[in-house]
Amino acid sequence: MTSEEILKRLQDQFGEAILGTDDSSLNLTVKVASETLLEISRFCRDDSSLSFDLLSLVSGVDWTDRIESVIHLDSTAHKHHLVLKVDCDHESPRCPSVVEIWNAADWHERETYDMFGIIYEGHPNLVRILCAEDWEGYPLRKDYLMPDEYHGIPNDFQQAGKRPQKYNPRG
Amino acid sequence: MGEATNVTEVPLPQGGTVAVKPGDFRTEEMLLNIGPQHPSTHGVLRVVVRTDGEIILDSQVHIGYLHRCFEKVVENVTWTQVTPYTDRMDYLASMYNNLGYSLAVEKLGDVEVPERASYIRIIIGELQRIASHLMSVGTYGLDVGAITAFLYCFRDREITLRIFEEVCGQRLNYNYIRPGGVSGDLTDEMLKKIDDFIDYFLPKIDEIDNLLSMNGIFIYRTAGVGILPLDLALDYGCTGPVLRGSGLARDLRKDEPYGLYEQFDFDVITGKGEKGQLGDCWDRYMIRVREMRESCKIIKQALAKIPEGKFIEPKLLKNVKVKKGESYLKVENPRGELGYYIVSDGKKGPYRCSVRAPSFCNIAVLPEISRGCMVADMVVIIGSIDIVMGEVDR
Repeated sequence: MTSEEILKRLQDQFGEAILGTDDSSLNLTVKVASETLLEISRFCRDDSSLSFDLLSLVSGVDWTDRIESVIHLDSTAHKHHLVLKVDCDHESPRCPSVVEIWNAADWHERETYDMFGIIYEGHPNLVRILCAEDWEGYPLRKDYLMPDEYHGIPNDFQQAGKRPQKYNPRG
Repeated sequence: MGEATNVTEVPLPQGGTVAVKPGDFRTEEMLLNIGPQHPSTHGVLRVVVRTDGEIILDSQVHIGYLHRCFEKVVENVTWTQVTPYTDRMDYLASMYNNLGYSLAVEKLGDVEVPERASYIRIIIGELQRIASHLMSVGTYGLDVGAITAFLYCFRDREITLRIFEEVCGQRLNYNYIRPGGVSGDLTDEMLKKIDDFIDYFLPKIDEIDNLLSMNGIFIYRTAGVGILPLDLALDYGCTGPVLRGSGLARDLRKDEPYGLYEQFDFDVITGKGEKGQLGDCWDRYMIRVREMRESCKIIKQALAKIPEGKFIEPKLLKNVKVKKGESYLKVENPRGELGYYIVSDGKKGPYRCSVRAPSFCNIAVLPEISRGCMVADMVVIIGSIDIVMGEVDR
C-alpha cells in the first residue's frame, strides 16, 4: 500500500483518534493519542491490508517541551513502513506499552525508559537495560547533566578540574 | 497407609541400610551464571540461566557492559563526524554501519551519490559481508569444538582485511563510506585484487562446507537445536540470517533496494530444515555460508560494470547540509536490519540519531529459544544468533 492508502485506511477506521501526520518526516508518520495507541497498534498488526508484523524500533525524541515516543513498524508481506508517534508530558512522560502486541517492543521500551524515563504502562519488566540499575537521570534528555561521580569514580572532566566545555554544533 | 508400602531399604557404602520413601529425594533448581567474561558469549554478554539438572528452564539476558551512549555522543558532533562512531558499534561490519548512516543522511539531505561511489559501496559492502560471515562461521566452529575451520576462516578473512587496509588504511574501523560517497577511490590494482580474491575464495567455501557444515558431528550438535519458529521470530523482531533461517525470504537488498542493489542478480537464501527442523541452529549457520557465495556473485557483477567517474564531491567531506526533518533508513547488515532513525533540526549535526541494532533485537529472543534445551546447547544457540556486543550495547 502507498502511504496515502495506509493513512486513509487508518483514518477511516479511527477518525478523530488519528491526530495528524508529521510532514517533516520522509516516512509516513501518524500522531496518535496515547489512549488509543493500543487499539490502533492492534489494528495495524491484525488488519490484513496493513499487517504490520515486525516492530523495528521504539525510540524517543526529546523536544524540550515534550517527549515523543516513536514506534517504527514494518510489514514483511506488503513491504510498507509506518511510524506511530505519541506525545508525552516532559515532566512525567507516560505511554502505553505495546509489548502485548509485539514482543519485540520489550527491550526497545526498556531502552527508551532507560534513556528518556518514559514510563511504559503495562510493560512486564520495566527496568533499566543499558545503564546500571542505580544510575540516576535519563541520559538522552536534552537537560541531562553528567553526574560528578558514580560510586566514587569521578568523571574525567571532574578529574581534570573543570566541567566540560560546552561545545554545541547547533549553537 | 499406601506410603508405608513404598519404603525401600537402600544399602549405604559404609554398611547398613537406610529406609527411603518417595519424596525423600528432591531436585532443586539452580541459577547458573554465564558470562559476562566467557569465551562463548562473543563479548560481554551475561546470561543467568535457571536450570533443572541439565535442562534450561528459563534464562535472563543482561546487557549494557559496553554501553557508551553513542546516541548522546553524536548529538554533540557534526554530520560527518558521526561516521567514525558508527564504526564502533558493529565492529565486524563497520563498512555496513557507515553505509547505513550515510544513506540515511543522504536521504534526508538530498545528497546525490556519484554512480562510481555506489558501485564501490556495493563491492566493499559485500566484501564486508564475507568478512563478517567468515568471522561468524569460524567462531561458531570454535563454539562447538571445531577449531580447524576457525583457522581456515581467519586465513581468508585476513585477505579481506588487507584489502580494506589498502583501500582506507584501517583493518577494523574504516570510516570509509561517508555521506555523499566514499573517502577514497578504488584503483585498478585494488579492483584486480578483489577480483582475484573472489576467484580464490569461491572454492574455499566448499572447503568450509566439507570441514564444518556437512560434518556429521557438527550437524549432530546443531541440527534440531534452538528451533525458532517463524511467528516467534517476527514477534521478537528478528531479522537477517536469524529470520531467514526460519524460512522467510526477507532481505532488504531485494525487498526495498537501496544503493543500486535492484540492478544485481542474486538469490535470497532461506532455511529449509534440511538437517533437522526448520529454524534450528544449523539452518541459521548455513544461511551465512551460502550468503557468502551470493556476495561473491554480486561483487563479480559489480566489478564487471563499475563506471569511471567521481567517488565523492570533495566539499561533502567537510560537512553536509541537512534540512529540518526526520527519516528512517534501513539496510541489510550481515546481522540483519540495521536502521538509522535520524532527526535533524537544520543545524550542523543530528538532533537525534537512534539506531536499530540487529544484534540487539536478535539476542532478545534467546530466552524463548533456549527454554528446554541442555545447558551445553546455550553456547550453540548464542553462537548461531551471531551477536556483536558493541552493537547490542552501543
